[in-house]
Amino acid sequence: MIEIRNVSKWYGQTQVLANASTHVAKGEVVVVCGPSGSGKSTLIKCVNGLEPFTEGTITVDGVSVGDPKTDLPRLRARVGMVFQHFELFPHMSVEQNLALAQVKVLGRSKEEALARGAVLLDRVGLRDHATKFPGQLSGGQQQRVAIARALAMDPICLLFDEPTSALDPEMIGEVLDVMVELAQEGMTMMCVTHEMGFARKVARRVVFMDHGEIVEDAPTGAFFDAPASERAKTFLSRILRH
Amino acid sequence: MGEFDFSVWGPSLPFIRDGLLFTLRLTLVAMTGGIVIGTLLALARLSPIAPLSRVAGAYVDLMRSIPLVLVILWFFLIIPFLTGSPVGAETSAIITFTAFEAAFYCEIMRSGIQSVPRGQLNAAQALGLGRAQTMVHVILPQAMRNMLPVLLTQTIVLFQDTSLVYAIGAKDMLKAADVVGKNYNRPVEMIVLSALIYFAICFGLSLAVKQLQKRVAIIR
Amino acid sequence: MNYHWNWSIFLEQVKSGDETYLDWLLTGLGWTLALSLTAWALALTIGIVVGALRSTPSRLLVAIGNAWVELFRNIPLLVQMFLWFFVVPEFLPRDWSLWVKQEMPAKEFVTAALCLGFFTSARIAEQVRAGVGSLPRGQRDAALALGLTLPQAYRQVLLPQALRIVIPPLTSEFMNVFKNSSVAFAIGVLELTFQARQMQEDSEQGIETYLAVTLLYFICAFSANRGMAWIEARSRVPGLIARTN
Repeated sequence: MIEIRNVSKWYGQTQVLANASTHVAKGEVVVVCGPSGSGKSTLIKCVNGLEPFTEGTITVDGVSVGDPKTDLPRLRARVGMVFQHFELFPHMSVEQNLALAQVKVLGRSKEEALARGAVLLDRVGLRDHATKFPGQLSGGQQQRVAIARALAMDPICLLFDEPTSALDPEMIGEVLDVMVELAQEGMTMMCVTHEMGFARKVARRVVFMDHGEIVEDAPTGAFFDAPASERAKTFLSRILRH
Repeated sequence: MGEFDFSVWGPSLPFIRDGLLFTLRLTLVAMTGGIVIGTLLALARLSPIAPLSRVAGAYVDLMRSIPLVLVILWFFLIIPFLTGSPVGAETSAIITFTAFEAAFYCEIMRSGIQSVPRGQLNAAQALGLGRAQTMVHVILPQAMRNMLPVLLTQTIVLFQDTSLVYAIGAKDMLKAADVVGKNYNRPVEMIVLSALIYFAICFGLSLAVKQLQKRVAIIR
Repeated sequence: MNYHWNWSIFLEQVKSGDETYLDWLLTGLGWTLALSLTAWALALTIGIVVGALRSTPSRLLVAIGNAWVELFRNIPLLVQMFLWFFVVPEFLPRDWSLWVKQEMPAKEFVTAALCLGFFTSARIAEQVRAGVGSLPRGQRDAALALGLTLPQAYRQVLLPQALRIVIPPLTSEFMNVFKNSSVAFAIGVLELTFQARQMQEDSEQGIETYLAVTLLYFICAFSANRGMAWIEARSRVPGLIARTN
């Protein structure tokens, strides 16, 4: 589904991605982790072309992201993304947030879009909040709306960019529950996250990044039980101590 | 396209220079006077004495809500009553602009004074400085420095606004261009020339202010 | 010097006709309102577009937007009035130029409205650019990630938020438009300041004249302020201020 081959990226002199290669197969969940500044967020933003990259190729469902001829809006409409800071549109109600791209991009009718939105809101447990504005919701609720917004586009895969790291601890669970459910239903997911419990539970593989390189790309069990590199061991010991 | 004859620019230069000198004099006097009076107004506005602060506030609000052209006309009408004798358009312009700009510099200085952390006031008082000393030696210099780019930007606005003395016929640069244009029957060329001069000066100054802004930002 | 007060001057007939001075001032008020509102509509439209251009990632668009702003910011409004009135027609093709000079209806008004509109658009563009710039980068990303094109992202997501943020500075720009419209007297628009000068010369009751005109400008500025406050209240989004990233 997602193929990343030898991707490198420079900001001026500094290299933020170094020859990164990995893939996510259909129905697979892959967790990307690593210390801050390791390039994991940059990598995931390259997948739907929010960040341009200097070298290498990325294809999503056979479509090359870096190709200037690619219709990026059309590709992005099929790839859902969930952000660290939710990025709901604060001037729109929850149901408008869900309907906007369905109407403007997919060309659905307003009624159809609202109906589809209502189904997904119900699914993330927020049926009663449709007419509220994002500023009136808690962080966990906002992030669940953001997931519903991505799902409303009927995406072929979902990208998560640290979806729980801006949340208060007591709200992380409600968001992870939704993500686990999606994974168990067979959604293709690429998740940048430090939630190792989530990774153990649903990830097929874990990709560990440091300084812009992919240091390890291993099946979940192997990664946690016997990390091959020193860097991954140090990282895991730091993060699991909490 | 009409036919242009830009050769009128040559003989116009002495007149333009004299006009520009008046424009610059007006700008500099109004800037200096405006900043001094504006600072006093700002102190009055921030003063704990309610009537003082209210009068200063009313003056500033009044000046800021009437069109400048109307202020120019008002002063031109009223100054003779106050002084008892008619004054020329140029003198009237200088008084008007000083009084008018003071209101705008006042607001800048007020936010400048408020931008100085309260700890500075406490520190100065702890050293035994009096109220006036604290203001003059500690608060105002910092307020001035913080607000320097804004003060200069306001001065560029002032420089442009001086062209409105046209309303009372004072002999500034625009008036000089106007007169030459009429005498040589080349008004279009002279308007273009004055626009170019204004643009060159204002654009140059605004670039300089941008540079200054970067440096002030670094010092902070 | 003594001043002879005459508060009934407004009801007296002007020297050259059968109108009263009050008629003059009301005509002036009408032109001031028409000029300011036309210029404001033009300025908002252009200012939002230019401001948006200046916040895009494209260097070319930013440069075009910057040139626009610098051009209108660095020449005095009065000189711009003269440029539009006397100079621009000379640069038009011959037929157009003749038409503008001889046949165009309400030539002074149209010229002044264009001039004031363009002048104000540069200032609005500056505010709009700052407004868009103050939004979190993630908003643009989120809009694009949903498949919106960049123009759609601006139209649906970025500008609606940026415009709400810049309502306070836009309020003072709106009040400035009324004040700045006074400069149009110089090219013969029969607005308030023009009428004030005319009445002052004709009636020699300068103080009453200017007091009345000052009051009328006050009312304009106050109404503009209230109008914008109404828009601000209507466009307020529940919970928006609570949002902090």
